[in-house]
Amino acid sequence: MSDTPTAASPTPPAAMLETRDLARFFDVSRPALQRLLSREGRRTLRAVDGISFAIPKGTTLSLVGESGCGKSTVARLVVGLYGPTRGEIRFDGQSLATARSDPAQRSRMQMIFQDPYASLNPRWRVADIIAEPLRAFKLVEGRDAQQKRVGELLTQVGLSPLDAQKFPHEFSGGQRQRISIARALSSNPEFLVCDEPTSALDVSVQAQILNLMKDLQARLGLTFLFISHNLAVVRQVSDRIGVMYLGRIVESAASETLFTTPQHPYTRALMEAIPDLDMTGRSRIPVGGEVPSPITPPSGCAFHPRCPLANDRCRQERPELRPSLGAEVACHAVEEGRAILS
Amino acid sequence: MRAFFDSDIWFSFTRSWLTMGSAIVAFICIAGAVAAPWLAPHNPFDLASLQLMDAFKPPSWTMEGDPLYPLGTDDQGRDMLSAIMYGARVSLLVGFSATIFATCLGVSVGLLAGYLGGTVDAVLMRIADIQLTFPSILVALLIDGIVRAAVPREVHDQIALFVVILAIGVSEWPKFARTVRGSTLVERNKEYVLAARVIGLGRFKIMVQHVLPNVLGPVLVIGTLNLALAILAEATLSFLGVGVPPTQPSLGTLIRIGNDFLFSGEWWITIFPGVALIIMVLSVNLLGDWLRDALNPKLR
Repeated sequence: MSDTPTAASPTPPAAMLETRDLARFFDVSRPALQRLLSREGRRTLRAVDGISFAIPKGTTLSLVGESGCGKSTVARLVVGLYGPTRGEIRFDGQSLATARSDPAQRSRMQMIFQDPYASLNPRWRVADIIAEPLRAFKLVEGRDAQQKRVGELLTQVGLSPLDAQKFPHEFSGGQRQRISIARALSSNPEFLVCDEPTSALDVSVQAQILNLMKDLQARLGLTFLFISHNLAVVRQVSDRIGVMYLGRIVESAASETLFTTPQHPYTRALMEAIPDLDMTGRSRIPVGGEVPSPITPPSGCAFHPRCPLANDRCRQERPELRPSLGAEVACHAVEEGRAILS
Repeated sequence: MRAFFDSDIWFSFTRSWLTMGSAIVAFICIAGAVAAPWLAPHNPFDLASLQLMDAFKPPSWTMEGDPLYPLGTDDQGRDMLSAIMYGARVSLLVGFSATIFATCLGVSVGLLAGYLGGTVDAVLMRIADIQLTFPSILVALLIDGIVRAAVPREVHDQIALFVVILAIGVSEWPKFARTVRGSTLVERNKEYVLAARVIGLGRFKIMVQHVLPNVLGPVLVIGTLNLALAILAEATLSFLGVGVPPTQPSLGTLIRIGNDFLFSGEWWITIFPGVALIIMVLSVNLLGDWLRDALNPKLR
């Protein structure tokens, strides 16, 4: 491939991935007969409802939010596991559907999954798991050459080439996640989607995996879409962060900006919840209530039932993302200056 | 091979006398059946060696018994022990073939229905549901009846064995399909399948390479238990006279023939094939039960 991305490029970096008004709804209606008997209509779950972002080459965009906010759906949309209900996804300038249908383009994107105990086929040896993309894309021909490449990849992620002959159940969670990363790297991808890659791991192992990913990004010039519910993890890896709430991005900012001056009431509530040594002993202000159902989202701003700043406008009119103090925020209170920044 | 003897399965096998015993019995049954032409004291199908003088000889330990015929003889002077060994051969052949046929059919259907979902799933599983509302012996009788009506008699005798295998196999597949579909629904959403889809592997490749190896565990258990059922189904069909042709008597055929003489006092002609059938089915069933427990992680 001619356009190998490098970490620093003089021109404004082109977007590796761009989405515009991306949405994905799921039909969660009950079977037709039951619907007829209880006289209810179809029900749709709006997992992702109109989000737009661009990830410049060689950078990391993180999406954070609570469980059920649609962040994993975005990850699956972006690699083509789901088709979008609305909106478009462009991968390196071409539409995702075009890119997915061409093996050469498809091999440029890979995904790392959340559960290291489910993401490796328990009946396959590690060598076969890692070599699968090599065979699928016919990148390396011949068994010996493939084994050699598998050994290199295992070394690259900090495992031994001898581990290739073992089965996944012989490894710990962190080691399995390394195998997962080795498999993702085997097709020489440029764009990696990481769906909560550390949430199933011990804290000490999380740091190892995050450092490994940052190290690989620096060496191979990878572009990451990083999905997480843990702001502390996100801070370590991201260039830019999007905070999601109920299928929409409510605040998007450069990583440091977001952590120094969080603007959206939801972002500020999330920041409050990060465990912190300085905070020891002090009481915290929790985000009240539960995440509303994405089947019947609240009117207006979806966050208004839990928001301390909500007024009548918030209950009726849905806020759009607007620039504010070097970030983009979707909040009437911020726009009107009702939110007092501490 | 070393790995097998080190495994949990082998350990749990050596822990249970009942299991070891039934494995030995099942092995003797199968070995005796397979090696019948070399082990059996007589050839019951060699008409030249049969003598009507020897008909209705009781077992050798009774007053009128002949040490030549340890389990007695039938109405045509055939040695019962040899007839049982040859009969078990036919029974096991039909049992194994029908089970393998049902497994292949059921696993394919279950895998397709579970992985593809939607209309394919609905259609295939409704067919399975409909078939499950009929007793499987009735389905087997129906298939046998259709073939009998469709082909001439001479042809039918030649293909009778295959018809029985087909009939029993077709009547047993929904169990396999349901189990495999259930496991497939679980596996298809696991992340290793998603990883294969991200690479862009085709649906059939994913089904065969990724999902299939992970749904075969329960199939092994049902297959073993089903083997016992298939042997019984064959015996039932043969007892009813619609099974294998009389030229190749199975255990069921022997029991039917013996049944005619039960009330005239020649009990051994029907009892011994029956006992052989019970021992065979029981040992296979016990093995299946053990396998089910040994492969169930919750019981470890």
